[in-house]
Formats: sequence, C-alpha cells, structure tokens
Amino acid sequence: MSNTPDDRKYAESHEWALLEDDGTIRVGITDHAQELLGDLVFVELPQVGQSVGKGEECSVVESVKAASDIYSPISGEIIAINESLEDEPEMINHAPYEDGWIFIVQPIDPNELDELLDDEGYQAFIDED
Amino acid sequence: MLIFEHSHEGRASNAQLSAEVPMPASLPASALRTSKPLLPEVSEMQVVRHFTRLSQKNFSIDTHFYPLGSCTMKYNPRACNTLASLPEFTGRHPLGPSLHGQGFLACMFELQEMLKEVTGMKAVSLSPAAGAQGEFAGVAMIKAYHDSRNDTARCEILVPDAAHGTNPASAVMCGYKVREIPTGKNGDVDLEALKKAVGPHTAGIMLTNPSTLGVFDRKIKDIADTVHQAGGLLYYDGANLNAILGKVRPGDMGFDVIHMNLHKTFSTPHGGGGPGAGPVGVSERLKPYLPVPMIAQKGETYVLIDEQDCPQTIGRMSAFAGNAGVLLRAYIYAKMLGREGMSRVADYATLNANYLLKRLMAVGYQAAYPDRRATHEFILTLKKQAKEHNVTAMDVAKRLLDYDFHAPTTYFPLLIAECLLIEPTETEAKETLDGFIDTMAIILEEAKTDGAMLKQAPYKLPVRRLDDVKAVKQLDVVWTNKEESA
Repeated sequence: MSNTPDDRKYAESHEWALLEDDGTIRVGITDHAQELLGDLVFVELPQVGQSVGKGEECSVVESVKAASDIYSPISGEIIAINESLEDEPEMINHAPYEDGWIFIVQPIDPNELDELLDDEGYQAFIDED
Repeated sequence: MLIFEHSHEGRASNAQLSAEVPMPASLPASALRTSKPLLPEVSEMQVVRHFTRLSQKNFSIDTHFYPLGSCTMKYNPRACNTLASLPEFTGRHPLGPSLHGQGFLACMFELQEMLKEVTGMKAVSLSPAAGAQGEFAGVAMIKAYHDSRNDTARCEILVPDAAHGTNPASAVMCGYKVREIPTGKNGDVDLEALKKAVGPHTAGIMLTNPSTLGVFDRKIKDIADTVHQAGGLLYYDGANLNAILGKVRPGDMGFDVIHMNLHKTFSTPHGGGGPGAGPVGVSERLKPYLPVPMIAQKGETYVLIDEQDCPQTIGRMSAFAGNAGVLLRAYIYAKMLGREGMSRVADYATLNANYLLKRLMAVGYQAAYPDRRATHEFILTLKKQAKEHNVTAMDVAKRLLDYDFHAPTTYFPLLIAECLLIEPTETEAKETLDGFIDTMAIILEEAKTDGAMLKQAPYKLPVRRLDDVKAVKQLDVVWTNKEESA
C-alpha cells in the first residue's frame, strides 16, 4: 500500500508539489509512481534557470522497466535541482517525499496549486486504476 | 566459463598449418609487440565445444516456444535460407553492373511489387536497413513533403501513448516535437483528445494498427479524416503486419507512409541484433521523396534508379540497396506463401492469439482488455496477483524459463501495469499452446501458494535471477586476466 502524505498536492501524472515557507514549490514523484516504476537507475534533471509550463515535461526518470517523463505540476522557473540523484537515483525509491525530491520551481502563480489533487483525491485516483 | 578461462599457455589450433611456417619479413624492433596479444590459447576442439555449449544454453525459436509480444518470433523456413544462400546471390558484388545481376534485381523488383500489393501503397523502397531506419525515412518524407510546399509551420508529430517507443524517437531525430495522444478506456485512440490536438502545427501522426495494446483501432477512418483535414499526414508503423496480411491494407485505411519490418512479418531471422529490413511504402503524394536506390523495369531489364531519376529523394539509407540477404529471404517467404498463404498467416496468427487469450482467462488470468478480440497478440495484467500475492509480471516471466518457455514481453506497453504481452504467432501447433497454458496455470497456483518461491526464479538455468539494477549501473563486460592484473 503506497503512502500519500497530506501536506502537499498531487498531479494525475504522479508528481507531488510541496509549497515551501519561502513560496517556492518542491517537486518529486509519488510513492505509488516509484512503486510502479521499480528500481530507478537514472534521472535526467532539468536545468536551473529553465522555465517550465504547468504540465510540461522537464525531466526523465528511468528504471529497469521503463523510462518515464516527469511533468512540472506548476508554471515557473526551475531554481534548484537535486544533483545527488545523479549518483543515487535509488533515493527516489527509498524516500520519494523527502531526499528523493527532483527540482524546485519559483512559481509564476501559486494559485495553480489549487488545480491539483489533494491527498485524498490522489489516493482515490490511484485506487480507481 | 569464458573461452579465456580455457586458455592454456602455448596451446594453439595449428592443425591446418604446414609444419614449416614461413616467417614474415623481418620487422623493425619498434614495430614488434613486447607482450603477447590478449587472445585465448585453445585448441580447435575446445573452441567448437565452448561455442556449442553456449548455443545449447540459449533459448531460440528453433528450440523453444517464444511468445515474445511485439517481436513476432515465428519459424523461419529453412528453404528461405537455402535459396538465399545460392552462390549466384552471395557471389554478386553490389557494385557490379546491373546487367550481371538481373536475377537478383528481378527478385527485388517483384518484392517491391508484392509489398505494394499487400499494403495498398503506391510505391515501395527497400533500402532502409531496419525498422527504426524505416521510421526515420518515413518521417523524413513527411518533412520533405511539407517543406516542398513551404508549409514549414508544421512542427509537431502526434504519437499515441500506446505507440512503439521508437516512434517518438524517430520524430525527434527528424527535428519534430512530439505530442502524446492518450488512449481511451477500451484501447482505441482517444478521438476527442486527437481532435483537440490537431491544427496548423500538425505535420502528421504515427500510428500502429493493430496497436501495441493488441487491439485493432476501430475508429481508424475517423482518425485518418481528422489528421488529413488538419493538413497532416498519416504514418503507419508496420512493425508487425501478421494480423492484417491479406485482410486489410494500410493504404486503404488512408495512410500516407508505412514501414514494414520484414524480419518480423516476413519471417527472416532476428532477435539477436542481426540485420533487419525496414522497407517503406508511400501514397501517391509522397512518391517523389522515397529513398534511393529503387529497382525499376525498363523493357526486359531491371535497373537501379537513383538521385538522377528521383531528384526530390530524401537520399540514401544505406551503402547499397538495403540488406540484400534479408530482402531475399523475405521475397522467398512471400513467394512460398502466395496470396492465399498470406491471408492464412493472419487467420492463424489471430486464431492462436485468441485461443491463448480465452484459455488463459479461463485458468484465472486477467486480460487488459477482456471485451476486445485479440489481434496477433494480447496483454495480460498481473495487477491482481501483485496486490494479493506480491507476485509480479517479472516473477511469472522468470518462472516460465524454468519450464522451458521463453518469457513473453514484460512491462510493455507502459500503459498497462504488471503486463505480459503475448504473441504466439501462426507457426505454433495447438499442443504447444496447450502446454504453455498448462504451465501458466501451474505458475498461477504457485503464486497463490508459494509466492516467495517465485520471487527467486529461475532455478534451473545456468544463471539465477539477474540483478537488473547492477547490470545498468555497473555494466562490466570486459574480460581481464586476473592473474596478470593481480
């Protein structure tokens, strides 16, 4: 049974978005997503300074089973990336909501977060599948 | 054991050498090596035994049922190989004058004609050397067509999410952006999403039909109309034509360009990364752009036509005119089948797939699309087994090896969780299929009673469960002499 914390929002494409105290948004993939993908072996990170649109692909995670695009759940500019994933992509398997974060976005419009699912909504979405 | 590990200092395969080997003219000291070359020192018989044993450890279509979905591992008739190996073919030099290779060119011309007939396209070029190259040629022709009309705003290729992974890659290689089109609940392309996605930026759509979901898209006419009305072209990924041979033709469905993997549908050996053949066929409006050379008939003789005859061609895909040996095998296969045989391929490919599907459902497996008729292949999903018994598609696949079956394709297409993509092909007998079904039933029972055991499979192969992660992250395939490096 996968874990879905209630402190953040979720996209149907299985990313989570966490609003930080400084108004930036931290992004990663959900426990459910890492379970489906299996052992991750490679992460292609976005570039710092790159602008992204909501729903736009900006990163790739690759497991022994599949390669999967990561879509930004919010529009803005990438201001930080988790470089430690380059050597340890398995961090996403071990701690998808903490050390396995992928990038941080400075949002143009934080209200876009409201369009995402909450934890119950996301849990219902994946249970339906 | 590697052949290097059989090595014994001073041993050599010199049975064929004369007793007195002439020494080469003396070389300057600077050109002489100071250490021995890193080659195994083994006898001829050791070499033969080593490689024979290796081949016996292999799974192959000549020894095992090989239901590897999307790959079409069917029997390769020996006659194709024998005839294509005739010295008159193998001795022909590709740069020799056309007049000295009329027999070969006649075969290639007829193959072009047969592929036109079977696909309903207006012209065919045999030159792409494999499927991915055929795709590249196809998309390059779409680009050449739009460019020739100064219609350069078309920058996007639409690709359904059920497509072969090579499709988006080919589109990107040609400079296009890829837009993914979702699949509806029943396995058909989501037509409403497609209608929203098309526009003046649409260069075309790349579609596989039957799709990789193992179903035939029933709305193909609407898809074709939608894309054509937006000014885009339709690309048909003909990687696998087994289910439609002699039944329905991509040209009649409205496609503008198609590539065909002859090494799948037309039964030439494949699966080891060996040579393939990915001819392309086109509709009337793409004819000028076909890759060269092609074979034409002038009066009684066959000639190669090239850039001079086709000034708008996208160019050459390979050094000569494609993989001659593969094309010949496919030609002979098609000749042996004839028109009736072609449609029998489709009859039995789909009959075998549907028989397997129904019976596997009856023993307790879940189909990804239980209400849909299978094409030449179908998908099972082990979501239920993963949830209830912690047994995954990979565990079942590995366990099948213990029972002497090659595993089906696992985790493709990505849309379906815990999936097995199964393609029996038309060349398997009912007894083989029944044996596979019985084994799948045993494995399902094992999953229920002893799931932990399945997680460790296989047990009976030369190697046990391989570490996929380590293989990706620490790939090491270079032999080093441990004694020397120690």
